[in-house]
Amino acid sequence: MSWTAIWIMVAGAFGFKVFGVLGLSRLADGPGRSFQAITALIPAALFSAMVVVQTITTDDRLVLDARVWGVGAGIVAVWRRAPFMLVVVLTMAVTALVRWQTLV
Amino acid sequence: MAEHRREGLVLSIAVGIVGLTFGVLANAAGLSLPQIIVMSALMFTGASQFAAVSVIDGGGSSYAAVGSAMLLAARNALYGPVVSRFFGASPLRRGLSAHFVIDETTAMASIQDDDETAANAFWWTALWLWSLWNIGSIGGALLGSLIGHPETYGLDAAFPAAFVALLVPHLRERPGRVAAIVGGGLAIAAVPISPAGVPLLVAALGVVPGWLLGRRQGVETAS
Repeated sequence: MSWTAIWIMVAGAFGFKVFGVLGLSRLADGPGRSFQAITALIPAALFSAMVVVQTITTDDRLVLDARVWGVGAGIVAVWRRAPFMLVVVLTMAVTALVRWQTLV
Repeated sequence: MAEHRREGLVLSIAVGIVGLTFGVLANAAGLSLPQIIVMSALMFTGASQFAAVSVIDGGGSSYAAVGSAMLLAARNALYGPVVSRFFGASPLRRGLSAHFVIDETTAMASIQDDDETAANAFWWTALWLWSLWNIGSIGGALLGSLIGHPETYGLDAAFPAAFVALLVPHLRERPGRVAAIVGGGLAIAAVPISPAGVPLLVAALGVVPGWLLGRRQGVETAS
């Protein structure tokens, strides 16, 4: 990859972050309280999307594989109020096990 | 160690392992070590970095790599309003802090009960995650093929599961639940018809029905 491309990406990635912190957030600090109410919901919408996309899609296709079992186990662990560490380790273990089982 | 710091560290360790795989992939795609270091230290947004080197690895042009990386980097702008109040008033300080606004730091900050803990969670996660991401990237670039596929260890499922835990506190009230359901649904609908990164931007529209619901509930309570 060319250095030019890398520096463009560095500038672009930083640009988006700065735009959010300095530009978009100014709307939230404004007089209208509705924007604050809207931004408070951004994590709910985006993290939910991230969970679904990373669990059941690969590239631009829907793919159901070992990840579903792993994340399923993770959801049960979260529901049973397991510590964060356990949620992550259990998910990895179940995913790895199911993946290994389907290989042999 | 306080719970929010411990959770930030656990998340960062997982990210560090993913950093190893980034280093391996970037090295295999022909990037030099200085290029890998600049990407992880200064671009510092994992999904975009992976997208860029995957395009190059698949024989795509530098321009195509920049394009897909930027589509994935755009969502970080949406996190700005969520976390900017932890950065003080100085525009310079706010601008520099923006470098650390990514999925994980926003998530760790957004689930805390008060602003002080949230700011603390943001910065500790930022510190650990940036350090381990960079150590991982360099390690992966140097060790190369000694490291197997992260999928073997189920690491690819660790992230969605971690984000389930980070999502749950946002589901306590109905507007949050509606935003999550609509956001998730929109993302899935967008996956087959749009390039990577766009589904997450489309998902942001999920805040609209959530907000409308919250406003209606607010009005009903007031009357």
